[in-house]
Amino acid sequence: MAKLKLALYWAASCGGCDVALLDINEKILDVAEIADIVFWPIAMDFKYDDIAAIQDGAIDVCLFNGAVRNSEQEEIARLLRVKSKVLVAFGSCACFGGIPALANFTSRDEIIKYSYIEAPSNDNPDKTLPQEITEVDEGKLELPELYNTVKTLSQVVPVEYYLPGCPPPVSLIIELVNDLADNKLPAPGSTIASDKTVCDECPLKKENKCISRIYRPQEIIPDGERCLLEQGLICCGPATRGGCGAACIKAGMPCRGCFGPPAGIIDQGAKLVSAIASIYEVVNEEEITKMVDEIVDPAGTFYRFGLADSILKRRQS
Amino acid sequence: MSFEPKIVGFLCNWCSYGAADLAGTSRIKYPSNIRIIRVMCSGRIDPTFVLKAFEKGADGVLICGCHIGDCHYMEGNHKAARRIPLLKKMLVQLGIEDQRIRLEWCSAAEGERFATIVNDMTEQVRKLGPLNYSSGEVHG
Repeated sequence: MAKLKLALYWAASCGGCDVALLDINEKILDVAEIADIVFWPIAMDFKYDDIAAIQDGAIDVCLFNGAVRNSEQEEIARLLRVKSKVLVAFGSCACFGGIPALANFTSRDEIIKYSYIEAPSNDNPDKTLPQEITEVDEGKLELPELYNTVKTLSQVVPVEYYLPGCPPPVSLIIELVNDLADNKLPAPGSTIASDKTVCDECPLKKENKCISRIYRPQEIIPDGERCLLEQGLICCGPATRGGCGAACIKAGMPCRGCFGPPAGIIDQGAKLVSAIASIYEVVNEEEITKMVDEIVDPAGTFYRFGLADSILKRRQS
Repeated sequence: MSFEPKIVGFLCNWCSYGAADLAGTSRIKYPSNIRIIRVMCSGRIDPTFVLKAFEKGADGVLICGCHIGDCHYMEGNHKAARRIPLLKKMLVQLGIEDQRIRLEWCSAAEGERFATIVNDMTEQVRKLGPLNYSSGEVHG
């Protein structure tokens, strides 16, 4: 059998997804066995022109990590889409926007102003700002356009599979590699993870969902046995897709929601509002105000990874 | 043309929808800016519905249930009473003003009160102006 042609790309991401791929340890040899890597900017020196030169559809699988927040990333997403038979949104940023999509709480202008002028570590007396086009003696210099709104990969091009996680866990990457090797990929549009929630996989004891105070993670040490929500810690498990094996919870941290909404749910943040407010057992207005005050940053907590993929997608006006 | 706000009203079957009905049969006038959706209980209103309404072009969302203690399902309205304030706080962070969402209790005997609420809210949202929901496509 001819070897598969594999491409990997990073857009708006931290590089953790690329590292996760190496975390599959000796399984990487199987990848080398079944696939030739034709493009992987973090690890190998290929040029965009090399990709542009190959035939359309010549790449069998492209693992694309990172959100799309500038014109270069969009251009490469479109290019890789045309050149690839199967495009996988790899990691939470490509799937839902991820951490970079927290930029959707503000605007391009505010970000540039803070980063280049207001941030205390800046030394920019001339208030120089990055320009898309700069004329210099040698000619014209171009930079990609930074978008006002961070987008998910599937908001830019059609995507066959989603492999969520920040970063995607080794077990799911191996599942994908095995599916590729055996040519047994699931139906297009599938998410390579569980259809159930993190709570479904969570080993902690669930007794009575009823709380009267919310703690921030630094305020208490969980007892290691009972459901973190029941102990008053905000855990995104009830509205987050499983598949990670409750990795964070097993390490004593509440779920942060990186797998996005479970199957059939369109807005993770709305579901978390519903879940948390439902178990907070108070009736009178004063206590309700206390609850609202205790949840310091609901939007940032409930849309930590999913803002670009939510119903509102960004801050309005 | 002057701005006419679109308000989506989620009314519970047992009390608030009765109030709207009473307002109608009593020939009490209230603005036609409200589009009423009957649900079985204010506890049935998933915050997703409110977001959907804004996405589809609503400028305001009114949620009406039975008075606390009168819920047909015992404590559905208690859940709404907690969800909506938390949702409001989250939506303010997302640039949607507090006054665009309103949670009220209305018994089936309070037709007059229901009309007053709709009047008030319509004027409030009219002052705020259109929400102009945007997914950010235009700016790239």
